[in-house]
Amino acid sequence: MGRIQLEQVTKSFGNTEVIHPLDLTIEDGEFAVFVGPSGCGKSTLLRLIAGLEDVSGGAIRIDGVDATELPPARRGLAMVFQSYALYPHMTVRKNIDFPMKMAGMDRAERKRRIENAASILNLTDYLDRRPGQLSGGQRQRVAIGRAIVREPAAFLFDEPLSNLDAALRVGMRIEISELHKRLATTMVYVTHDQVEAMTMADKIVVLNAGRIEQVGSPLDLYHAPRNTFVAGFIGSPRMNLITEDEAARHDAHTIGIRPEHIEVSDESGVWNGRVGVAEHLGSDSFFHVHETGLAETITVRASGEIGLKHGDRIFLSPRADVIHRFDAQGQRLP
Amino acid sequence: MARAVSPRRKLVFTLLAWAVGLLIFFPIYWTILTSFKTEGQAINDPPLFFAFDWTLENYALVQERSDYMRYLWNSVIIAGGSTLLGILVAVPAAWSMAFVPSKRTKDILLWMLSTKMLPAVGVLYPIYLLFIEMGLLDTRLGLVVVLMLINLPIIVWMLYTYFREIPVDILEAARMDGANLRSEIFYVLAPMAIPGIASTVLLSLILAWNEAFWTLNLTAAKAAPLTAFIASYSSPEGLFYAKLSAASTMAIAPILILGWFSQKQLVRGLTFGAVK
Repeated sequence: MGRIQLEQVTKSFGNTEVIHPLDLTIEDGEFAVFVGPSGCGKSTLLRLIAGLEDVSGGAIRIDGVDATELPPARRGLAMVFQSYALYPHMTVRKNIDFPMKMAGMDRAERKRRIENAASILNLTDYLDRRPGQLSGGQRQRVAIGRAIVREPAAFLFDEPLSNLDAALRVGMRIEISELHKRLATTMVYVTHDQVEAMTMADKIVVLNAGRIEQVGSPLDLYHAPRNTFVAGFIGSPRMNLITEDEAARHDAHTIGIRPEHIEVSDESGVWNGRVGVAEHLGSDSFFHVHETGLAETITVRASGEIGLKHGDRIFLSPRADVIHRFDAQGQRLP
Repeated sequence: MARAVSPRRKLVFTLLAWAVGLLIFFPIYWTILTSFKTEGQAINDPPLFFAFDWTLENYALVQERSDYMRYLWNSVIIAGGSTLLGILVAVPAAWSMAFVPSKRTKDILLWMLSTKMLPAVGVLYPIYLLFIEMGLLDTRLGLVVVLMLINLPIIVWMLYTYFREIPVDILEAARMDGANLRSEIFYVLAPMAIPGIASTVLLSLILAWNEAFWTLNLTAAKAAPLTAFIASYSSPEGLFYAKLSAASTMAIAPILILGWFSQKQLVRGLTFGAVK
């Protein structure tokens, strides 16, 4: 079981309030991702749940029990750190064993679980090495192994993939998702990478400047962003946010159109402009279009077969059914 | 481009380094050499380097005239005691400064260091009076306390820089893994900090062993350590260089041997953080 509830939680460092009063419930078994730009408070929020920081106000409940005043060790949570934080003087086996040893578990059971974790994580051949002799990906797996053996109520991940190279990151992302399916334990995952958020999460919590901007499933956030911040943050390439006359035509202060919701033609369209930068990925092409008569550069996503290049004339037609409208405060209009 | 070092430049610097090294070592070498000469040869002009009659007579005489073992034992107690006491105080102090710093931590560290800039003789009078008052004059306990206090700023600083190198993440991981404070220190912090504590102990031992100002001024006979043993041979009525050298050699030998065997550890400790 691992249901985590935050009730009016706040956190201040000195006179600066970094987490404003905040309510959030993470259901048992859910994969929740905290995402936001650096300094938005996502890591602080995770550390509050872990108990590594004390809340300045409000309460944290884990499975209905008030854990606000409990030390980290007694919250029944396990954490994977960005720096892995392995014990450098212990072998992989001892690293994984440590939380079970602290819990005073039976020796035979500990051995069984170490071997089980090692086989799940492909670490069997490395059990007698020290962390210094392992690669980044292997160290990350040891950190995960150390977290799973205790069978915690929930796992907390603090940007666990940001120290890995791009190829390894995609692989580990899938491994963590598979682990979640297999264990069906609550996971709370912090990242600044919206692709990780979209691909892994059951529930995304978008944070900005210590406040929750929106909570929802990846597709909720994609299809119905509640404000311009979420609209701009979720989705890659980012949504085109257009103001002034074009927005006024739709009775809005700002309108948002995703790059994939604009049709491209070389003959006719609503807007015509000139290609600035063309990014060809093979499967897709992204065009950054200027001189459309709009104040903003428009990004469009088109099929990889369209071979337009820098300086070419291009015609764009937004799909009318997927235009997002926002008021002057950036809030979504119905 | 990597910085190029020409072979000639390398040779010049190697020779220079050797010259400096020999220059530093020369007084010790000369002391040891002189201790094997007769008194006459010791003051011979020109100085004798090898061609003299090697003799152990000075050592025999020194041992006969004064009880070396008693001085040695006092040195061991004073250096060992002040180090032990110092470490007991410095480890918690450095720990809290490194892991739970306050706004004033940096100021306190600098203030502690500033006490080392005061000439020791400036506080001799008050400390002497205090010692008389408290009956600590010429006692080992008194010297243990004074030397501990004298070296405390240095060992707190050294431990502090060591502890700062231990990533907080690892301690937090231990907390998440269910370790209480005692287990956190015992299983995680201590194993990672022991090399640092070891070099600090070593430095403190050496500093206390070599300390001469306080040991000479605050002892007479009972608690006198090896520094006083040496000093007793630089008597005003005629100098006996060979015997003085023999006494000095006997006094520095234990710490020289200790330093020799632990130099790797010590160098690592003193340059920790600068060199990984």
